[in-house]
Amino acid sequence: MSASDWLALKTTLELAALTTLVLLMLGTPLAWWLASTRSRMAVVIEAVVALPLVLPPTVLGFYMLVALGPNGLIGGLMESLGLPHLAFTFTGLVLASTLYSLPFMVQPLKDAFAAVGTRMTEAAATLRASTRDSFFSIVLPLSRRGLLTAITLTFAHTLGEFGVVLMVGGNIPGQTRVLSIALYDHAESMDYAGAGLLAGGLLAASFLMLLSVYALNRRYRVVHP
Amino acid sequence: MTIRARLQLNRADFTLDVDAQFPLRGVSAVFGASGSGKTTLLRCIAGLERAAGVLQVNGEIWQDETLFMPVHQRPLGYVFQEASLFPHLSVRANLEYGYKRIAPAARRVRLEQVVEWLGLRPLLDRRDTVKLSGGERQRVAIGRALLASPRLLLMDEPLSALDASSKQEILPYLEALHRELEIPVVYVSHALEEVARLADHLLLLEQGKLIANGPLQEVLARLDLPTAHREDAGVVVEATIAEHDDAYRMTRLTLGENSLWTGHLDPPLGTLIRVRIMARDVSISVQPPHPSSISNILKARITEMQAEGCDKVNVRLSVGQSEVVIARITRRSRDLLQLSVGMAVFAQIKSVALT
Repeated sequence: MSASDWLALKTTLELAALTTLVLLMLGTPLAWWLASTRSRMAVVIEAVVALPLVLPPTVLGFYMLVALGPNGLIGGLMESLGLPHLAFTFTGLVLASTLYSLPFMVQPLKDAFAAVGTRMTEAAATLRASTRDSFFSIVLPLSRRGLLTAITLTFAHTLGEFGVVLMVGGNIPGQTRVLSIALYDHAESMDYAGAGLLAGGLLAASFLMLLSVYALNRRYRVVHP
Repeated sequence: MTIRARLQLNRADFTLDVDAQFPLRGVSAVFGASGSGKTTLLRCIAGLERAAGVLQVNGEIWQDETLFMPVHQRPLGYVFQEASLFPHLSVRANLEYGYKRIAPAARRVRLEQVVEWLGLRPLLDRRDTVKLSGGERQRVAIGRALLASPRLLLMDEPLSALDASSKQEILPYLEALHRELEIPVVYVSHALEEVARLADHLLLLEQGKLIANGPLQEVLARLDLPTAHREDAGVVVEATIAEHDDAYRMTRLTLGENSLWTGHLDPPLGTLIRVRIMARDVSISVQPPHPSSISNILKARITEMQAEGCDKVNVRLSVGQSEVVIARITRRSRDLLQLSVGMAVFAQIKSVALT
């Protein structure tokens, strides 16, 4: 692997880790709200959350590019605060990935929280646990399978991101050039050996991550029906 | 020492509308058919449902027009129909869950006491709570609730999910709870047998409305309530064990100035026990009866009569100073004997049931 490929790997891992972390913090309360609310708005929010599953990544990438650019909602705000806009930056990439991978974090978490059921949280409340307390002492531990699934899927999905990165990030080494882009470059320049190495690596890594999730889930299921 | 509840809850298919005041002492049973709103009432008291109205427990306001104390701030314990143990925690951690969340100064029981009392020591380090038997799970759930040092214990049909032998395993604890721990209990049940055994006070619910509220014995002695129309209608009385006849294996109970013979009972002389006298086990004669195989014949006076179905009559009889029994006889017998309110008669009691 070339030095530039190593750099792309580093950027990719940083992007996936950071995106997963941000989504864990934003997605958890959102999933909890979706699992417990009786609000009519919930279906609308759920549909919005699921949009990245069906939307071409270039569509999402296009809107993000506009929003993050100097004349966009977010980029414009940044510039008015004396900060640089976010188009073609790593930060911009993290923001775009957060949106792009949102359903992979929120849906497994929401299902896991819903499966815990109200009876457990009611029992905790009658034992003096506040909502927050019972979330951390009861709901989260009982949702560990879903939590693990959500983290792995989000990480793996961000790892394989291409269309959104291409639109929002471009191809700046050390900044926005991720593995899938590097792979594309190799293939474009007929370097099939280089492309094959990256493709095989991504395939193997993704498979191993999914394998570990499914294996763990199966083991948990036996212990905790 | 009272609970005052004026609660209203409107659901699409159900309305709860209860205005009740009852003693915060002993066991108060909430009894009614399924769908009568008894569980809903209990959940409203706990704050698990948000009804409109006022709830005052021992002078402390848990809910009124402006205030709604969240569940976790109410000093209560709640035992659900299903034990609802936390499956990721060991038995010990389940027991300690509420205990740890109470200020040490407010703790009124120790883990050791509860473990000893409910016989939980062999289970303490079990992690697989899902594999405990139904009775074991419910014992842990009761212990867990008690360790939260509740000033009011709410129990929602804690026996209904158990098989008969598990029920018998739990019932003695529930009786002892009452005697030994002095925690007032509100007990929801649709089993009259349990209520007769455990309750001191009875709240009768029908379609979300309170139709009777009073001491258990008084409510069960009323003929105008649905309880009088049940197959197992009857009164509950307190009697004292007065004599053991070992030759015939019989026990004599005193009930006011009257005596009742029953099959041999274990408790020692002088013990106060609670017995049920079913209406179907009481018959009436106008003359002092001839020697009969029924040995319990009490002088009685008819105080009330109510038709029961198309062919039977429920008759309320006062026996002795203050005791009351109900007899269920046929309409034909009533006419043949020309029974009327105020008449002096003899009540023959075929059997009494230990509750």
